[in-house]
Amino acid sequence: MVTPTPSPLPLTKNDFKTDQEVRWCPGCGDYAILNAVQTVFPTLGIPKEKFVVVSGIGCSSRLPYYVNTYGFHSIHGRAPAVATGIKIANPELSVWIGTGDGDALSIGGNHLIHAMRRNLDVKVLMFNNRIYGLTKGQFSPTSEVGKVTKSTPYGVVDIPFNPLSVALGAGATFVARSVDVMSKHLIGVLQRAAAHKGFAFVEIYQNCNIFNDEAFEHIVGKEVRDDHLVDVEHGKPLKFGKARDKGIKLNGFSPEIVPLATTPEDDLIIWDEKEPSSALAYLIARMPEGTMPQPIGVLRAVEAPTFDASIRHQADEVQKKEGSGDLRKLLYSGDTWEVK
Amino acid sequence: MSNATATTHPLKTLDQVVIRFAGDSGDGMQITGNEFTKTSAIVGNDLATLPDFPAEIRAPAGTLPGVSGFQVRFSSHDIHTPGDEPDVLVAMNPAALKVNLPDVRPGKTIIVNVATFVEKELAKALYVKPDGSTINPLADGSLDKYRVIQVDLNKLAIESTKEFGLTPKESLRCKNFVALGMMYWLYHRPLEPTVKWLRSYFKGDKSSLADANIAAMKAGHAYADTTDLFHEQFEIPKAPMAPGVYRNVMGNQAVGLAFAAAAKITGVPVFYGSYPITPASDVLHQISKYKSYGVITFQAEDEIAAIASAIGASFAGMIGVTGSSGPGIALKTEAIGLAVMTELPVVILDVQRGGPSTGLPTKTEQADLLQAVFGRNSEAPVPVVAASSPADCFDRTLEAVRLATKYMTPVLLLTDGYLANGSEPWKLPDIEALPKIDVRFRTDPSGFLPYLRDPKTLARVWAKPGTPGLEHRIGGIEKRDGTGNISYDPENHDSMVRLRWKKVMNIASDCAAPLVAGPGRGPLLLLGWGSTLGSITGAVEMATAHNMPVARCHLQQVWPFPAQLESILKRYERVLIPEMNMGQLWRLVRSEYAIQAFSFTKVQGRPFTTSELYRKIREVIALPPGSSKPLDSAASYGVAASYDESGG
Repeated sequence: MVTPTPSPLPLTKNDFKTDQEVRWCPGCGDYAILNAVQTVFPTLGIPKEKFVVVSGIGCSSRLPYYVNTYGFHSIHGRAPAVATGIKIANPELSVWIGTGDGDALSIGGNHLIHAMRRNLDVKVLMFNNRIYGLTKGQFSPTSEVGKVTKSTPYGVVDIPFNPLSVALGAGATFVARSVDVMSKHLIGVLQRAAAHKGFAFVEIYQNCNIFNDEAFEHIVGKEVRDDHLVDVEHGKPLKFGKARDKGIKLNGFSPEIVPLATTPEDDLIIWDEKEPSSALAYLIARMPEGTMPQPIGVLRAVEAPTFDASIRHQADEVQKKEGSGDLRKLLYSGDTWEVK
Repeated sequence: MSNATATTHPLKTLDQVVIRFAGDSGDGMQITGNEFTKTSAIVGNDLATLPDFPAEIRAPAGTLPGVSGFQVRFSSHDIHTPGDEPDVLVAMNPAALKVNLPDVRPGKTIIVNVATFVEKELAKALYVKPDGSTINPLADGSLDKYRVIQVDLNKLAIESTKEFGLTPKESLRCKNFVALGMMYWLYHRPLEPTVKWLRSYFKGDKSSLADANIAAMKAGHAYADTTDLFHEQFEIPKAPMAPGVYRNVMGNQAVGLAFAAAAKITGVPVFYGSYPITPASDVLHQISKYKSYGVITFQAEDEIAAIASAIGASFAGMIGVTGSSGPGIALKTEAIGLAVMTELPVVILDVQRGGPSTGLPTKTEQADLLQAVFGRNSEAPVPVVAASSPADCFDRTLEAVRLATKYMTPVLLLTDGYLANGSEPWKLPDIEALPKIDVRFRTDPSGFLPYLRDPKTLARVWAKPGTPGLEHRIGGIEKRDGTGNISYDPENHDSMVRLRWKKVMNIASDCAAPLVAGPGRGPLLLLGWGSTLGSITGAVEMATAHNMPVARCHLQQVWPFPAQLESILKRYERVLIPEMNMGQLWRLVRSEYAIQAFSFTKVQGRPFTTSELYRKIREVIALPPGSSKPLDSAASYGVAASYDESGG
């Protein structure tokens, strides 16, 4: 039997590529996300064998097959639950979840919000393409009202989720958004997520060029993105615009766009990702699409005890107090009697 | 071993008694029954219990849905069931009398708390005439065929606890101990074990409650001794039992203890993911305290998270376990399929209860067998193991862990509400003699493939994340053997389905043999599984005592069928399969062996009685040769399922 030696650091991008042919459609935004993941993983100082990539079902959930780490392609919506068991079994593992808007917010909604509530130390990458791609074109919980899809030929009737505000509402300690085509930004956000101790939720605007092409083009298109995205940064005021001439200020509870030329900097919202209350983040997350810019970057990054650490800590404390359990004593406890 | 005072009452010896304590949910019948049981265990009787919980948390006091009962049978010989009917019914209120009277045979004893037989309580128990006026069964002659003993337990409770400064409500709550004290006297049991328990239960600033309940118990004892309430006292001598150390154990307790044992035996910690559900919740409660035994419990947000987390824990190198009841198992179906596909060891405990749907949460049934064997989409074979007594829950749980880890497969472990809450004396095992379960994790990267198999068991390697050089992906999509790479190839799928099937079916020659007793061949064999063991054993003993050559066979390994089963069954002219379902094992036996077995079904939420099984045995044995009526009530599927007093 060979004595295992830990994988030699430093790792490279190639170490995280598998021999499997990547089967996403040509032009799919998922390639860019995979690329970002394979770029970031080797920089984290974590041995390769300690990574686990867990997924549910969907195009997003093919991710584990293309990352050369331990991986578990589980069932629709259940990745956070599987990840909970993995993380409790071995808290030293770096657990990442690849999921999508359907997998995470539809069938998987319950598991997602509870994992957030518990602050399970896992990193969730939610590929949001506002459609069900794998099953070929039904609407998802993030599809816009009126959208004509395979299952809604007369238009979507239900009102979509805003994923960031769901995460904030469920108490996620790290909430961020990035974009598949903004690779530098995406890599930066993934690195921040990796560095966060606790649950990290990263929504990624992802383009499904086959079933929902250009879903985010009105926000992330090269010509328009400066005017339709606001990249929040801790400690910095909210500014955006092609000419970087607009800011956001709070008028009561309503965020408002103001011209920087005539607005004192002190009036602008200065982003505080460590703010314990998620109220402001919620307001900014829900700025209406179209009339207001959409936030990207790290909206929230607060410290809190993680579920896996707490469960382990409790077990350790009990063990310290009671000592290692004596099985004979346990079985022979209660009212026993002897027959001679 | 008794502190009964010298009396003028003659002491008669009996070889067994069945007592049923019944009252409102607030009357403490479970505590009363448990104490009587513990004391009887200490006296050395063999015993069996059957608690009967109401479905509601707390129905309005005094109403019929609020009746809670506890039946205990204790004897000086080996017994197998808690008894078909009570010899003594202790009824704390009219509702308890109404609900339980149908089970009491004429001539038996009924002890009633006469204080509660007043208009208000009688009305709540629906002892009313069409014109709305109340009936008092104690006064209208309807109970003439029973031996009715009326006691004012309320008065005794209040008087005996006067000096302890209790509120009137607290005083009245001691009335169950008055009844207990009386029963201890009647059956010549010591008070000391219960005194000890009361003192440990009501400690510190609650110790006046201990004093009060002890006083109430002693008052009941003294009352029975000094009055002419009873004409005799009874003793039930201790039963011959193999030498050893014993404890009383309930099925759920035994399961919990086995998980702690499994962690110790294998050296691998156990992960229990579960969601509260009657009657399985107690397992979660119990083992949540076993952190120093290597058990971690996780109360999940729902049933699916419970099993999904167990699967994740198994992937990461713990022994993943999940526990639930029928409806929860139904929710876990897809995830069980994932465990089959990814070939991970997961133990799935199903404490069966009355169904379908929400069904009868606090009543027993064994109707999840087909769900256990087949209840997944597509071909997802899972071995099924079933406990047959409360103590057997311990051994079956260890067996489930053994199969799961040896064959890298989910395993369904079936118990039921009757076993979960029923109890019996358990001869404690020698820790060194517990079964060895050898678990090994792969560490060598050279030649490693995630679906590399042991040629004999067909089990794949267990390679846990964190192990250098073994990075691999598993998932629910069909894969090629060995590499585990996704494959949609038609021939590959065919061979993988057959491979997974074969792996599970091979367990037929590596599993618990059926328990067989009686003549090696003959006209009739009773075949059973699960908690019917007690009733079947009692009925076959009765038949044997009447010179009928009846044998019995009980499955602990239910699926795949043990290899020996077919030849056992074929040695008998007829096979009779009693089940608390609509004939599920019967269906499997027919389909596997083309044996035209006889099905005897009962779906009342309570076990078979020994006498109804015995009557069925007589009926089947008396059938002329060549008679073919294998279903107990062919066309109507059991419409006439109840038996009347005349033994029909």
